[in-house]
Amino acid sequence: MTRTRTPGISRRSTLALMGAGAMSVAAPWVARAQAKTVKIGMPTILSGRVAQLGTSSRNAVMLEVDKVNAAGGLAGRQIEMVVRDSKGAPQEAARVARELVNTDGCELLLDGEASSGSFAVHEVARDLGVLCIHTNSEASSLTADPKQHIPNAFRCVRQGIHDSIVGGSYAAGIAKAKGLKKWATCSPDYAYGRDTTGEFTLYLKRFAPDVEVISESWPKLFQPDYTEVVTKILQAKPQALYSCLWGGDLTSYIDQANIYAMFAQMEVFAVNMADYTALTVVKNLPKGIHSGNRYIKTYPSTPENAAWGDAYKAKYNEYPTNWSWQNATAVMFLAEAAKKANSTDGKKIAEVLAGLTIKCPFGADGTVTMRGDDHTLVGYAIGWGTTIPQEPYVPEVKAGDWKTIFELEAEWKKSKGYT
Amino acid sequence: MDLDALTGCLTSSACLVTQTTSGLIIGMLLFLVAVGLTLIFGVLKIVNFSHGAFYMFGAYFAMTTYHLTESFALAMLAGAAGTAILGLIFERVFMSRVYGADVLMQLLVCYAFVLIFDDVVRLIWGPEFKSMGMPAAFQVMPLFIAGGVVPPYYLLLIGVALVAAIVLGIGLSRSRIGKVIRAAAHNPGMVSALGINTGLIYGGVFALGGMLAGLAGALAAPVRSLTPGMGFSVLIESFIVTVIGGMGSIVGALVGALLIGLIRSFGSLGFPLFTEGLMYLFMVIVLVSKPTGLFGKEAA
Repeated sequence: MTRTRTPGISRRSTLALMGAGAMSVAAPWVARAQAKTVKIGMPTILSGRVAQLGTSSRNAVMLEVDKVNAAGGLAGRQIEMVVRDSKGAPQEAARVARELVNTDGCELLLDGEASSGSFAVHEVARDLGVLCIHTNSEASSLTADPKQHIPNAFRCVRQGIHDSIVGGSYAAGIAKAKGLKKWATCSPDYAYGRDTTGEFTLYLKRFAPDVEVISESWPKLFQPDYTEVVTKILQAKPQALYSCLWGGDLTSYIDQANIYAMFAQMEVFAVNMADYTALTVVKNLPKGIHSGNRYIKTYPSTPENAAWGDAYKAKYNEYPTNWSWQNATAVMFLAEAAKKANSTDGKKIAEVLAGLTIKCPFGADGTVTMRGDDHTLVGYAIGWGTTIPQEPYVPEVKAGDWKTIFELEAEWKKSKGYT
Repeated sequence: MDLDALTGCLTSSACLVTQTTSGLIIGMLLFLVAVGLTLIFGVLKIVNFSHGAFYMFGAYFAMTTYHLTESFALAMLAGAAGTAILGLIFERVFMSRVYGADVLMQLLVCYAFVLIFDDVVRLIWGPEFKSMGMPAAFQVMPLFIAGGVVPPYYLLLIGVALVAAIVLGIGLSRSRIGKVIRAAAHNPGMVSALGINTGLIYGGVFALGGMLAGLAGALAAPVRSLTPGMGFSVLIESFIVTVIGGMGSIVGALVGALLIGLIRSFGSLGFPLFTEGLMYLFMVIVLVSKPTGLFGKEAA
């Protein structure tokens, strides 16, 4: 009698099936994750001196992601944020970004790095081809330089050159009206301080040609004491002072200059003053410091912007920062682009993103645009005003004119050899 | 280099007054930190790398007390007393265990506490920078002396530091405790054999050093922003001061600190891009010509 093998499931395949079954019972998220949620990776600075800004970036992202998820998610898939600390080190930012995509399976990247780290993450995006939106780097060259251009990267941030044009033209207006011809500058001694101060004085002199810079001070970043800088400026007797000191350095400087009554002796233009991180910390904020808007909930003075600022404060018990609005805007762009593309595919979203205009509380006219040719944010609310020591801190902001910005930006790009 | 500005300043009384007081302010705060460092080294033979933390705690203690009580005097007291207690605990619990140990071991323990103290501040007060605010009494127009600008708060600051320097100098050279401390620095074994509790002296000296750094932090709090890690840059400059003045010498710390202050204030006029460099250059010159520092032989 011969035994013939009965047709059906063999022992081997039964074992394999059982194994797979056991796996899916033990690790159900493997199957579910790919179908339902979309992971977005975000390297940002969560420790060290600028941790406050990184945290405020994460907070803003979570505020918006919760809204998107409640409304059905990104093209039907719930967003799962994976936020990692880069400690502000570029090489760490690049490593984290790569790991987020390769190991954690993130399909999109929000790059919450400052300028130094953003270029490193940009290279990772170039290498992996993953869709990446820079949310904190203000360095103009990141998008203005055609060498940096890649189809899958965007910048949803205010830009250094825009700020310089608006600041220069605003300051020139005041300089002409008040006859401020002798200027001093005092900015931190590193790339940002040098570049920003150079661009500001470039446009200041362009709009007010008889302005002369008679004294320059370059204190080092995070210097505890500015007394010698303050007295040096007092000796030079300028009529106006420009500074791009920021954060704790700026508040130290103000406290130390205050007791020399510096603010009564000259007009002060401090581009980074009108940010809640500095405004709420300085105890004796002098009246009448000119500043660019970083983020304040009263500019643009719309109910949407005020409501957003209040909602953020209600959730996190502090006011948003300049980094917050930029990160929130990035999520708004993603949501709108995914809806239009009806997909979470990075390539398809990128195609829609280029040239996309969305409604946004931080737009100069209620909308912001992701410019198509260089993938950078334009149309955001940008302006200068003077401070008062209590809320709303900057009661009136003079809006920058985007037509002028575009003209001068094009000229600047040409002079740099970018176009 | 801008030598015209420097010579212009040296011939103008207004500029001379402003820059000299500016140098004194920087120097006196530095002295308070550096003298603690040098005192601890002189008696305990330990390079207290974590000394900057006491400056930081002094500032935070003062800020919190000021915000709670609105009293500037209490704030200064809290800054000084709080760090004195902290110094005593730190010395008795941790530092006293590594006295005989390798220098590297002592350095590692101190460095560990630099990181730990920074994180403690971050946990209690948060990572963001803070500001204490100038007391209303000092929010007045600066004084004009011979055309130079001198803020009243800085006069107080220089005065307090000067009093501390004098009390410390006289106390160590004349009082009985001062003599015991100097004896302990010289020959701890003999002092111990005479029935004096050297542990108590060590703890006391450490507390005194911490208190002076804390006082410096408290005095600086109204004009400097407070962040975790703020002690570090002050510590580096204090090391320069002690190296210039001579490790273990109080007079050296005073002279070194004032020299650094004046180099900064006048250097920023004549050599705006090399002010930091001037400090180090001066240190190198002193080290080469007199390796023990200007007052190195006078052990405290």
